[in-house]
Formats: sequence, C-alpha cells, structure tokens
Amino acid sequence: MALKVIKERCTGCGLCVQVCPYNAIKLSDENVAEILESCILCGQCIEACPMKAILMEEKHGEEATGYRGVMVFVEHEFGRINHVSFELLGKGRELADKLMVPLCAMVMGDGAKDMAKEVGAYDVDEICVVDAPHLREYQTNPYVREAENIINEYRPEIVLIGATTLGRDFAGALATRLETGLTADCTGLDIDLEKRLLLQTRPAFGGNIMATILCPYKRPQMSTVRPKVMPMPEKVTKDGAHIIEIEPISTPKDLLLSILDFIKDTAGTVNLADADIIVSGGRGIKGPENFKMLFELAQVLGGAVGASRAAVDSGWIPYAHQVGQTGRTVRPKLYIACGISGAIQHLAGMQTSDIIVAINKDPEAPIFKVANYGIVGDLFKVVPEIIRQVKERKAKSAVS
Amino acid sequence: MRIVVCIKQVPSTEAKVQMDPVKGTLIREGVESVVNPFDEYAIEEGVRLKERYGGEVIAVSMGPPQAKDALRQALAMGADKAALLSDRAFAGSDTLATAYTLSLAIKKLGEIDLVICGKQATDGDTAQVGPGLAQRLGFRQLTYVCKVREINLEGKKIVVERLLDEGVQVAETTLPALMTVVKDINQPRLPNVISIRRAARTEIPIWGPQDLNGDQAKFGFDGSPTQVVRIFTPPPRAGGQILEGEVPEVVSKLLDALSSQQVISI
Ligand SMILES: Cc1cc2nc3c(=O)[nH]c(=O)nc-3n(C[C@H](O)[C@H](O)[C@H](O)COP(=O)(O)OP(=O)(O)OC[C@H]3O[C@@H](n4cnc5c(N)ncnc54)[C@H](O)[C@@H]3O)c2cc1C
Ligand SMILES: Nc1ncnc2c1ncn2[C@@H]1O[C@H](COP(=O)(O)O)[C@@H](O)[C@H]1O
Repeated sequence: MALKVIKERCTGCGLCVQVCPYNAIKLSDENVAEILESCILCGQCIEACPMKAILMEEKHGEEATGYRGVMVFVEHEFGRINHVSFELLGKGRELADKLMVPLCAMVMGDGAKDMAKEVGAYDVDEICVVDAPHLREYQTNPYVREAENIINEYRPEIVLIGATTLGRDFAGALATRLETGLTADCTGLDIDLEKRLLLQTRPAFGGNIMATILCPYKRPQMSTVRPKVMPMPEKVTKDGAHIIEIEPISTPKDLLLSILDFIKDTAGTVNLADADIIVSGGRGIKGPENFKMLFELAQVLGGAVGASRAAVDSGWIPYAHQVGQTGRTVRPKLYIACGISGAIQHLAGMQTSDIIVAINKDPEAPIFKVANYGIVGDLFKVVPEIIRQVKERKAKSAVS
Repeated sequence: MRIVVCIKQVPSTEAKVQMDPVKGTLIREGVESVVNPFDEYAIEEGVRLKERYGGEVIAVSMGPPQAKDALRQALAMGADKAALLSDRAFAGSDTLATAYTLSLAIKKLGEIDLVICGKQATDGDTAQVGPGLAQRLGFRQLTYVCKVREINLEGKKIVVERLLDEGVQVAETTLPALMTVVKDINQPRLPNVISIRRAARTEIPIWGPQDLNGDQAKFGFDGSPTQVVRIFTPPPRAGGQILEGEVPEVVSKLLDALSSQQVISI
C-alpha cells in the first residue's frame, strides 16, 4: 500500500471519493477515507484533500543525487540525422536552462565526428562522440552498450530519445540496463522547479486520455518524445560545443544481428513518420488501382500515403501504410482522409494531427467529428479536382 | 522448440475510456477486456512456428485474475500451456517492473528458444516491455518482425524480416531470441469448438512473488520508478467546418484555408 490516510486529519468530507477516477476510495464506518485495492496511485485525491490527510508513502530508492545535465540521443539512419533529434535539442535547451545545467548530446556512428559538427550548430554545450566503423548502422546491442557507458560516466539527470521506430527499440533496452524509469511517446515536457523533476506528459488509450508522469527516485529520468511535436530550434552561431571523444567499448563482435538484406520501400513514399502531409485512403477508395490517385495527390503536395485497415486488409496497399491502433501512429501537419469512416481504431492513430481534412460521401461519418475541414461528396470527383487546382496554383506561382 | 508468448489483457478500444467532465472521473461503461490486438499475432506466430518446427508454446500473462480469460484464448488458439502472474505485490507495475517480473517467470519455465511479444499494448502504447524483457533475459532483440523466414534449430539460427521506417530489414541472429511482432506477420485463426473446450479444461497455474526467484523490491509499485501524477482528457479538437458548394468551389475554399494557415505552400 502506498497511499496513506492520516485518520486524525480526515474530516470525512468525501472530496477524495468524488475525484477518484477509479472508485478506489470509500468512507469507512467511522467516516474516514479508506483506500481500496483498485487504487493505481494516480494521486488525484492527494491534491483534492483540503486537510492534507492523504499522503504518498515515500518509496525507498537510491538517492537521485549526483546526476546533472540534459542529454539528447542523436539518431541517424543512412548517414542522415533524424529531424526529431534536433527537435529534442531545442526542447533540451529549454529544460537545461530552467534547471541551469548543461545540455549534452551523444552521437555514435561511423563518421560521428562529422555529425557532431552538425549537432554543434544547435546551441549544445557538450557532445559525447563515439566514432567507430562498426557503429555505422544502428543495432541495439552496441548502441545500448555505448550509451550505457556514456551515461554512467557523465550522469545526466535527463535523457531524451525520439519516439521513433529506432528510438523505441533503443530506449526500452537502455532504460532496462540502467534500471531506471522510461516514459514512452511524450508530447509535453516541462520541469517542476521546486522538486527539480521532469514532468512528462503523454497520450494513452489511443489519445483519449493524457497522463503526466514523473520519475522521482531513479536517474536518469528518461523519455521518448514523439517526432514533430517540439518545434525545430534555430541554429546559433557561437563558439561551438565542447566535443568529448570517447573510446568505443563495443567491438564488431557486439553486432549480434547479421543484416542479410534491406528491401527499401519501392514507392519511396511510405515513411509516414517523417511526412508533414499524409493522404490516406479507406474502403471508399474501392480498389487498389484507385490508390494511384492518392499517390498523385501526395506527390503534388509533397506528402506520403496512408491507409485504413480496411484498405490494407483488402490487399489494396501494403501494411506499412496502415494508420491506426494496429498500424502506425502519425502526427502530420495535414492529414487528408479519403473514404475513411473514422472508426475509433483509426482515430487512435491520427487524431493528434494538426489539421484533419475529411472527404466522405456520408455526412454522418464519425471522421467529420475530428475533421477541421469536411467535404461531403464523392472522393472520385473531389480528389482529382484537388490535384488539378494544386497544380494550377503551383503553375501560377511559378510564373509570378 | 520451446516458445513463450507474452500476452496482456487490455480494455477494448470500443469501450471508450473517457472522463466525465463534471465529476472528473473515468467513465468505463461496458468495459470489455480483450487480448491486446498485437498479442493475437504473437500467439498465432508461436503456434505456427510450433506447427512448423515442433515443440511447445507457453502463454504467459501478468495481470488481475480475470486475465485468465486472455490465456484461455491463447490456449484455444493452440498454445499448450499457460501461466498467470497475479498478486497484490505485482500491482502498480510500470514497464520496468513488468519486464522484470515476466523475465523471472520465463526463467522458471526452463530452457526457452524464443519469446514472442506484441509490438505494443493498446492501453499504455509504450512498446517497452519487449525490449526490456530481451535485456533482462539476455536474449537477442528483434523488434517489429513482419515475417519469420527460417529457423535452424540445430544451428540455433533465426532469420526474420523487420518492418522499419524506410523498408524491410532481413536480419539473422542466434537463438535464444525475443521478437516483437506487427500485424502483417499473419492472420490469427479463430478457435474452433473443440479447442475452446480443451482450453476451458486446461489448468492455469497462478504464480505470485513466492513462486519467482527474484528481488521483492523490484516488483509492483516499489519496483516501478515512474509514477502517474495526473490524468486528464485532452482538449477537444477545434470545431470542424463543413465546406459547402459545388466541387470546384469547395476545393478552392479548402486550398485557400490550408494555404492561409501555411499548412501547404501554394
Ligand atoms: C483490434 C482492432 C484493431 C484495428 N486497428 C485498426 C487500425 O490500426 N487502423 C484502421 O484504420 N482500422 C483499424 N481497425 C478497423 C476499424 O474498426 C475500421 O473497421 C476501419 O478503420 C474502417 O476502415 P474504413 O474507414 O476505410 O472503411 P469503412 O468503415 O467501410 O468506411 C468507408 C467510408 O468511405 C466512404 N465512401 C465510400 N465511397 C465513397 C466515395 N466514393 N466518396 C467518398 N466517400 C466514400 C463511406 O461513406 C465510409 O464512411 C481495427 C479494428 C479492430 C477490431
Ligand atoms: N502484463 C503483461 N503480461 C504479459 N505480457 C505483457 C504485459 N505487458 C506487456 N506485455 C507484452 O509486451 C508487449 C508490449 O507491451 P507495452 O510495452 O506495454 O506496450 C505486449 O504486446 C505484450 O506482448
């Protein structure tokens, strides 16, 4: 049991009973609050109690002292640094400034020193660099070993990692080796200055609920952060970061996977995680051949193509394009849903998009409830018209 | 080949988990529990691999007593055995404690060649338990597997396809390994009447902390470094607007709106 009621203070007002989201508090026969087994320790009753009669029993844990600074993991694929790493440097700067501590980055790879120069343009104080040929492409084991070594040496209080395909493979393994807490897929980060703790806010239950999570007793505090949520920071021109070259502790023997092949997506347009604009098709698209139209729209807008599960299960488009609960979670600036009804499992994967446009012939389709702009109509008329007008506008602006 | 499949029971997405704006409480009307959707693919893959290479499949879940229903479904789909980790001491586990507890249960099961997890659970959406478990067990980590190409039991080798952002990676490693699977990997079967009856008769042991050879301080709430301090509903999406008119006119309105908000640059 971790919530404690101080009986002497409890007046039996019942406010805690009212705020408990889990019906986990009742008033006992003596009219004193009693915490039941269903309590998940969300702590809402602590805040609600006017008498301060409910306390969180202190956890025993290692002292979280001796850790200082904010560290960002720099992720790269095919020699390119992922956008999210820069976004994290921007957010990391803000958090580090609040705490008045340094902002560090860790870069591992083949040619990591060159990548560090790119990273150094973003107002970073220190960059830990591990440059070794066997670190050319990401693999869990050597990367986690190097990161563990760096963290044990430099002891940052906060470690930020992109909540990408690669980042989640890495973060889950790293946090376990460090035996610390890890909060997944955060969309908000802030500092509780009084306690010097990282406030990590993230969606759960497919975005229907938000939760704020702390890691009070273990260090570092680790989060993966959803791409495209934090703004891209400006580059700065100052003396540049202090580069710390670190000898690799892993060797080629640590590459536990042999990569036999990499089959690049042929259309080259799947990368939903990176896309600012996604054009998605559902059952209303009627058949595989009609996806061509969506690929064309995506192309003229500079976006990627997504799909509902219904379209994927019908075999019209590969699974890599599926958006939703059993596909990918996306958060583009613009999501255009064509012939998608907006089932809750689909919404779970896209409802945090900045702007949603829905094209559907059924005015009652639930997708219109989340859409900023709805077009009630036949997508076979609307989509070609969008393509036509976008091309027309582009041609005009090219002339002028 | 001995395979463990880790499954979690989650609230069905259809049972909308929402906040009551007035009372500030969670409305969980008609909350139905289901096997985490990704875990159905994990079970199916375990059973298929058993059918291909022989051996047995053991389904493991940590959760309240009713999580037995999830294990029964795994048995009905073809798992041979199941074990439930359920005890007050496990309550309040975050992903670190969950992976720790599951790893002890797997060690208790003896020699294991392959552990299969879903890519992520639809309630917490963390995708952290699989990688955590692989580290605890010291097994090779294979995330986002969309196809098992081949297993060579004598050579202790496995070749899989992993679905990554830019394409499919074909990777080989040695067993024992842990893989997390995505939906593309298979089409889960529907259990038939006979298998459902068999599953109903199968004894499912319940293990508590005393059955696991572990550090009590690493279980449940005490072993969970993260704490949820606040739960709230996100602000509703800004009110939608239905664009009216003939198609060319509507499209023009749409493009005007999008470019004025700088969502598209034309
Ligand atoms: C465990 C589980 C997980 C799931 N995971 C996902 C997931 O990850 N992603 C996902 O998408 N779904 C998922 N689903 C499925 C989901 O419940 C819906 O079945 C699915 O999203 C429906 O796809 P749809 O909108 O394309 O098809 P439908 O619901 O059939 O909708 C088609 C829409 O197209 C419109 N339409 C038809 N013709 C035209 C036209 N000519 N012009 C304009 N509009 C037209 C119709 O009015 C209709 O609204 C999941 C379901 C379950 C049970
Ligand atoms: N309590 C649990 N019991 C058994 N398996 C679990 C449990 N929690 C998570 N898992 C497994 O870990 C995967 C990822 O879950 P998560 O990290 O919570 O998103 C799931 O798909 C399951 O295979």
